[in-house]
Amino acid sequence: MTTKVLRLNVNGEDTLVPVGPMATLQEVLRDKLELTSVKVGCAQGGCGSCSVLIDGELRLACLTPAEAADGCTVTTLEGLNESNSIVPIQQSFIENYAAQCGFCTPGMLVATKALLERNPKPSRDEIIEALSGNLCRCTGYLPIIKAVEDAAAALSGKQSA
Amino acid sequence: MAKLRGTGMAAVNYPTGMHLGGDPTQALVHATTTGNFVVTLSSVDLGQGLKTVLAQIAAEALGVPFETVLVDTGDTDTGPHCTGTFASRTTHRAGNAVVMAAREARKVLLEVAAEELEVNADDLVTDGEGSIHLAGAPEMKISVTDAALAAHFVQGKTVSGRGVYLKPMSPMDPETGECDPDSTHAHACTVVEVEVDTETGAVAVLSIKSAYEIGQQVNPALVRGQIVGGAWMGMGHALSETTAPYYPAIDHAPRDFLGYVMPGAAEMPEVECVVLEHPTETGPFGAKGIGEMVANSPIPAVVNAINNALGVRITEIPVTPEVILRALDEKAASAA
Ligand code: FES
Ligand code: FES
Repeated sequence: MTTKVLRLNVNGEDTLVPVGPMATLQEVLRDKLELTSVKVGCAQGGCGSCSVLIDGELRLACLTPAEAADGCTVTTLEGLNESNSIVPIQQSFIENYAAQCGFCTPGMLVATKALLERNPKPSRDEIIEALSGNLCRCTGYLPIIKAVEDAAAALSGKQSA
Repeated sequence: MAKLRGTGMAAVNYPTGMHLGGDPTQALVHATTTGNFVVTLSSVDLGQGLKTVLAQIAAEALGVPFETVLVDTGDTDTGPHCTGTFASRTTHRAGNAVVMAAREARKVLLEVAAEELEVNADDLVTDGEGSIHLAGAPEMKISVTDAALAAHFVQGKTVSGRGVYLKPMSPMDPETGECDPDSTHAHACTVVEVEVDTETGAVAVLSIKSAYEIGQQVNPALVRGQIVGGAWMGMGHALSETTAPYYPAIDHAPRDFLGYVMPGAAEMPEVECVVLEHPTETGPFGAKGIGEMVANSPIPAVVNAINNALGVRITEIPVTPEVILRALDEKAASAA
């Protein structure tokens, strides 16, 4: 098995990671770099718990061959935590009780961040569409939708309805 | 072909806890040097908010601020015994154990404070904000922190308490089958409106409205979290979630989220609920369990709404589009 050394920028740091040919980005982030916000809900693209940003785009780490991310900038929730812009989103999740067991929460936060970056004032339907790849087994989604609505309102500086 | 609307209702009486072969939960409470309180348990928070609820219960029983209570549910190997988080039992069982332990710890706390203030412990009260004072004389006071420090470093006492709640085993009467299997009952009723597409068999759930009677609510926001999450789960069980088919062999059962289909955020209607509070004598501050029942009544309510819309009698779940179209075919055939 040939090992290749990937050049990644993960959460703002340049990193060299040796990987085998079948490795996924999920394995690299979670197992090698110990970024455990990247969950493994299904490892086949069905749950969104492994959501990360690759060059700023929302991606599923489990469906991304590690080699495909060579030379890319990868941001996980740990990286977003270092920027202040995630705080209002997290605050809104807390205030709306949008996390119960919390397993889906990192993926939800990353997906929300990606949505609000490209669409700061999403409609309810646009929020639902943006989160449609993220499963939650606990909350029934309503608190999460409300949390995203409130976060969007807070970030765009207007009063939440 | 049409889109038909229907309304369905279902009610549930749900037991809190089981008697098993005797069903205990134990709790230990102690004060740290700074007057924070640690509640040690083996009961497990699954995300429903058990730690928050037990911290509230402990704070109330101790008479100290919620923020100063830490609930440690870390380790079932080393913690006090709990049979587990199931049967909607944990707020009830662990809550009762925590109340008992907190009351014992509070007694020591007041004795320590009394010695520092040189008064009678029976005359002391807590203000719930971190102070202990003489009843009727708020200026005669000591902070919980100073009392805890005095206990540790001056008086040499542990401000601590032990609690247990045991639901004893209830043998069944061999003649009548009668026994006392649980600790109290919670109640709920759910009304669901659906719209069924008779061409595709697709069901849209338009609204889920419920009334719950769960004794004293400890934390209304967490209760609503359970109700909304449960409504969604019930809807999923009613319409799509199943581990079948097992034919022609078990390996044909769904093994992933592509085969095991849950409703998504887009399918979720608004959920309305009212919560009635009739405190139960057996519960901590009157609380009953709400854990599992939230996914119960929505299931038959959805199925009844479908039956109401179509004039059919489907009695099995999940009611997939295939089941609906077959039921409509049968209805048409029997009418012909
Ligand atoms: S783990 Fe990647 S989508 Fe489920
Ligand atoms: S909070 Fe448990 S899966 Fe979403």
